[in-house]
Parts: sequence; C-alpha cells; structure tokens
Amino acid sequence: MTGFQDSRTYRAWGRAHRFAHAVARPRFADEAASLLAAPDGPTSVLPYGMGRSYGDSCLNRDGGLLDARGLDRFVAFDRETGLLEVEGGVTLADILRVLDHAPPSERRWFLPVTPGTKFVTVGGAIANDVHGKNHHEAGTFGRHVAGLRLLRSDGRVLDCSMADNPELFAATIGGLGLTGLILRAAIRLKPVPGPWMESEDIRYETLEDFFALSEESLAGWEYSVAWIDCLAKGRALGRGIFTRSRHTGEAPAGAKPRTAYEPRLSVPLDFPGFALNKASITAFNALYRRRIPAGGTRGTVHYDPVFYPLDAIGLWNRMYGARGFYQYQCAVPTAGAPETVRALLETIAAAGQGSFLAVLKTLGDVPSPGLLSFPMPGATLALDFPNTGAATHALLDRLDAIVAEAGGRLYPAKDGRMPAGLFQSGYPRWREFAAHIDPRFSSSFWRRVSVPVDQPSLGPSPGPSDSPPSHSPSPSPRP
Amino acid sequence: MTRLAVFGATSAIAGAVARLYAAEGASLFLVARNAARLEALAADLRARGAAAVTTAVADLNDLDRHPELVERARAALDGLDAVLIAHGTLSDQAACEADAGLARAELTTNFLGPVSLLTALAPVMERQNRGSIAVIGSVAGDRGRGSNYVYGSAKGGLGVFVQGLRHRLGRSNVAVTLVKPGFVDTPMTAALPKGGPLWAKPERVAADIRRALDRGPAVLYTPWFWRWILLIIRLLPDAVFRRTRL
Repeated sequence: MTGFQDSRTYRAWGRAHRFAHAVARPRFADEAASLLAAPDGPTSVLPYGMGRSYGDSCLNRDGGLLDARGLDRFVAFDRETGLLEVEGGVTLADILRVLDHAPPSERRWFLPVTPGTKFVTVGGAIANDVHGKNHHEAGTFGRHVAGLRLLRSDGRVLDCSMADNPELFAATIGGLGLTGLILRAAIRLKPVPGPWMESEDIRYETLEDFFALSEESLAGWEYSVAWIDCLAKGRALGRGIFTRSRHTGEAPAGAKPRTAYEPRLSVPLDFPGFALNKASITAFNALYRRRIPAGGTRGTVHYDPVFYPLDAIGLWNRMYGARGFYQYQCAVPTAGAPETVRALLETIAAAGQGSFLAVLKTLGDVPSPGLLSFPMPGATLALDFPNTGAATHALLDRLDAIVAEAGGRLYPAKDGRMPAGLFQSGYPRWREFAAHIDPRFSSSFWRRVSVPVDQPSLGPSPGPSDSPPSHSPSPSPRP
Repeated sequence: MTRLAVFGATSAIAGAVARLYAAEGASLFLVARNAARLEALAADLRARGAAAVTTAVADLNDLDRHPELVERARAALDGLDAVLIAHGTLSDQAACEADAGLARAELTTNFLGPVSLLTALAPVMERQNRGSIAVIGSVAGDRGRGSNYVYGSAKGGLGVFVQGLRHRLGRSNVAVTLVKPGFVDTPMTAALPKGGPLWAKPERVAADIRRALDRGPAVLYTPWFWRWILLIIRLLPDAVFRRTRL
C-alpha cells in the first residue's frame, strides 16, 4: 500500500493554474478504499484522470488528488450486445484499441458519444458528462451509462443506475468527481459498419448559413460541427467550415485504418508568449479557411482524424506558452441562439483576442440523466484565449454578461474563472446536486463557484483563495 | 498461440507484459496473492484479447507450493512458451539494518523465492526442450551500495543463479534472461521522489521484456541506458566509490 505524496506537477490542460497537491495513485479498488480510510490522508480529495479538463475543475489546491489512471482494467465486454464494463481510469483510447482489434467475423462497436480527444478516462467522461458532434442524435455520454460503481469516503461501495440509487446516479453524471470515486462503469456501445466515415467539409460565408446547414444536416448526418474564423467582422461574421459526417461500411480503396492510440508528435516546450498574436492568428484563420475549396470537399476517411484531429499533436496546449490559456465554452438556448452567438462573436472580434480553435455547433434536445449536465437545446460556442492577464479577463467578463442575459451557461470542464453567480444561475439544480457531494470530496472549482451569492445573477466573484494567479506572474517556478 | 505463465502477476511490470501478450491472443496463467486483484487482472486480459486466462492464488513466500504451482501452469497451458518471474519487494534498507529477521525475510522473498521457483521450473523446461524464462532482477544487484545492499545482495545473488541456470538450460534450447530495470514508476517505488529522465513507465519496460522473451539475451538492462550507467558504477575504484552517496 502506498499513500499520498506531495506533488507540484498535476495540472489542468489550460496550464493557467499551478497548485500543490498530495497525490495517491491506487491501482486496485481495494487500494483506493484503504487510501480513503487512512487516518493521515489529506482532508479533502478529488479524483484525477488524464487532466484534460481545462481549468480548476480537476484540481484541488493544497488538498488530495486520487490519480485514477491506475484503475485501467476492462471488467467485461459482451461482443454480442455491445455492453462494455471498464474501470474508471480506462481511457477512450484504450477502448478504441480493443474495439479496433475485433476479429473480422464479429460485430463492430464504437463509442456512443466521444469528445474531441480520446485521451480522457471513462470516469472523467462521466464526471463531465461530455458530449460530441452527435449531440443532436445521441445526447451526452452519461445517457449511455448503464450503471456505475461509486466508492464513497465512508467506505461504502454503491452501484448506481436509473434503477439503483437513481439520485446519486443523476448527481454523478456530470458531477465533476465530487460524489465519490467512480470505480467502474458499464457503457452501451453503438454498432457501426466499420472504422470509416463519410465526411464533408463545406465553406460557408455567414452565421445564417451555419444555422441553415445545421438544420439541413439533421436528417442523415450523425455528426456535425463548424470551425469558425472568430476574427472575421461585419458581413463575414461567423464564416467558417462546416463539417458533417456519418459512419459508412464502404472502405476507400487501398486505405488502411490507423489510429494513434498514443499522442504521436509532441510540442516539446512552451512556445514564447508572443507566438500567438492577432496577426499570426488572423493569417492562420484566413489560410485555414482557404484549405477548403469554395465547392467543399467530400470523401471517405478513417474515424481518427474526423473525431480527434488534435490528438495527432501531443501537448498542443503548450503552444500557448508558459502562462497557459483559457477556454471559454458556453451553451445558449435555442430561442435567440443566432442573435446570442452573433453578439458573442462581435464582442470577440472587436476585442481582437480570438484564436484558431473556435468551434460552433448546435445542441439537440435529448435529455441527460445528470443534474449538472452542460448541454441544453440550442447552440454551443467554444474558443481558446491565450492568458494575457487582465485584458483576457475583461473580455471573458463581457462574454459572461451576454451568456447570462440569454439564459445560457458555461462548461465547468473548460472553465477556470467563471463567477459563482453565473454558475449558480446556469445550473439551477446545483443545490440539489450539492446534497449528494461526498463530504470528503472537493475541488478548487467547487469551492470557487459554490460560495453564497446574494442574487443568483451575474456579479463579481468574491475572489476566493483558489482563483488562479491571472493578474500577476505565476508564483511557482516554471518547469 | 503463445502460452505465458506469470508469477507475481499483480506487479505493475508483470501486468504490462501480460497485456502485450493478451493483445496478441496468447493464453495466460497468472499467480498472485490477492484473489480479488488477480480476478480483476484476468478479466482485463480476457477483454483485451487473451485466448484464455487461468489464475492461481498463492503467496510465493510459501516455497513449498512452488512445484505444485509450476505443474498447474504447465497443465493449464499444455506447455510453457514463456515464463516471467516478477514477484518481489523493494526492501527498506534502514529497517533491514536494524532487524536481521527482516533482512532474512527480504532475502527469502527476493532471492530464495525465485531460486525455489526456478528450480521447480527447470526440469519442466528441460523436458520441453524449448521456451524462454525472464527473471526480474535489478540494477541494484550490480554493485553493493550503502543505500540498498540488502535488496541488492538478493538481486545480485539471483543474478548469479540465473546466469548458471542459463548455462545449464542452454543445452536444452531454453533461454533464461535476467531483466535489470532501472527506476520504474510503479507502486513498489512509491516512496522515492520521482521525475526526470531516468524514470521509465512500466509499459516501456514491459515492451523490452516482451522482446527479450523472443530473443533470449543473457541480460536485459531496461531502459537500455542503464547498461552504461551501471558499467561506470561497477568500474569506479573503491577509493572513489566510498566517497559517493549512491
């Protein structure tokens, strides 16, 4: 049995927060239970997976982390029904590796929902109730969880599903790891004809075109998403590339399926802070859009580049330099979605602070079982912003006001700075959720957004101790 | 189809080796002490592609059971293509210095245990006239150092034993390899400060062991650079070595 060790190396993907933690790395369920039972452990703990959450929702400043990546075993896989049971630290890449190696005679299965990276754990996918490009058909990841096993700090092991402990199940889907450690989960996979995708890229010119294309693609296209040029202004506002795809049984001639189960290339060091500026991003965006001819492109490609284009570049987050970056992802309701997205894009373009990773997609009305699930029927916009300190925060505050006004919400998995008021207005069931939090579990994010707010509306947060050192240089030494 | 037996299967390195074989569709026989962990491991290997997984719960410090376990492995797999002997503990040097009983217990786990197991295994492999065996030793066995010479002496003694066994079984077309991992990021080394270029992941070490079980070298340093680090440490004159704090 090994205990908690001090570590300063556990970060979130955005790298803007640098906290000290006491970290334990259980490899077996009984070890995890012993760690929680040990009298000398840290006062609070939080499960940690692949660290692909962007902000402080996967961090627990000066507290404990349970690094769950050692709980990486398959429990059972029924190749007839597609029911897959795995431990919480198994990654989506691990699952794809096993699914891809199915004997040719057997049925082929695929993840029912996948986010934009396969380097996340199943526990993390549940805790953030992740969604993918098929949200309009499939809903969130949590909707495909047949059941899960939760370890609570009092030593109880609880099997949760729609039938057993349904309230705790609903709290754990999207529960940010706060309801206990997810030891294992059963996922209903989806049958597919093979590893190939029919995929189409369409260059479009206006925001109206985006919504029209999304509407038109609902019939017949399982997956859709758009990359947008967030620095385009005026009539060109919202222009970009609309990508839609669906599984196909027809393999392109001569092509071999190839998945990068491990990050292939890596950005070996932090780029200097000035590498990404308005000029370089404007130039990149213009070139990137021109990549697609005016008439669009269509073809049959492997699933890996369709779902995981950024996985081919390991540690792409280091391109934003040592100060890291913020991702801002909001969901806004269907009523007024085009106007809200327009207002957000105008604000970003005017500030000239966008980046090359700007993604827009419509969300469907398939409900999630989770109490704190992020998606809502409408649209979601996600953008990266290099952390330039006060200027970045001022812009994000302006975006907050637009989102709050529209009745939208921000995605905790991407967040490192939303005010408590915006969280509480965006997630009206948060108090109901809070009743299910394990008393020993906490996170920097949760301590930040659960502070009392006089009026559940937008307002400046009281600046709790967990907020990142965004306006001053990082207090910890650089790596 | 390859048939692999693993003794000490719940260790991180052994688990990673077993996964490589499972992905190839091998049949596996696993021995470990903790029944629940062993079952979790077996289920994982089945889902990852192993043709069959058989388990035996045993404390390998119970040396008298070794002949029976070897026979069960041979019978379950109907022959042994590869055997990995991976059980062991990283001794607490200071505690061993204060307590000769503890030092003896560490030598039993890390030296007498593998010796007993290999002695039971050798005639089975001889009769087959084929197969390979990998035994996890350590770079700590290359030169006695003040910081961990109890563990080092067990692994060093094991190294000489494996060397002799290799000599003997070579006549029967059986390769015996002594594996010498450097710093591996596993629970066994949890008490040590980690990070830096010398630390390797168990998956990296497992891939080296997998190759060695096919090729059968006498000694495998893993990762490779430990061969050169240990060469220097072995060659240091005593007058210099005494002043180091290795």
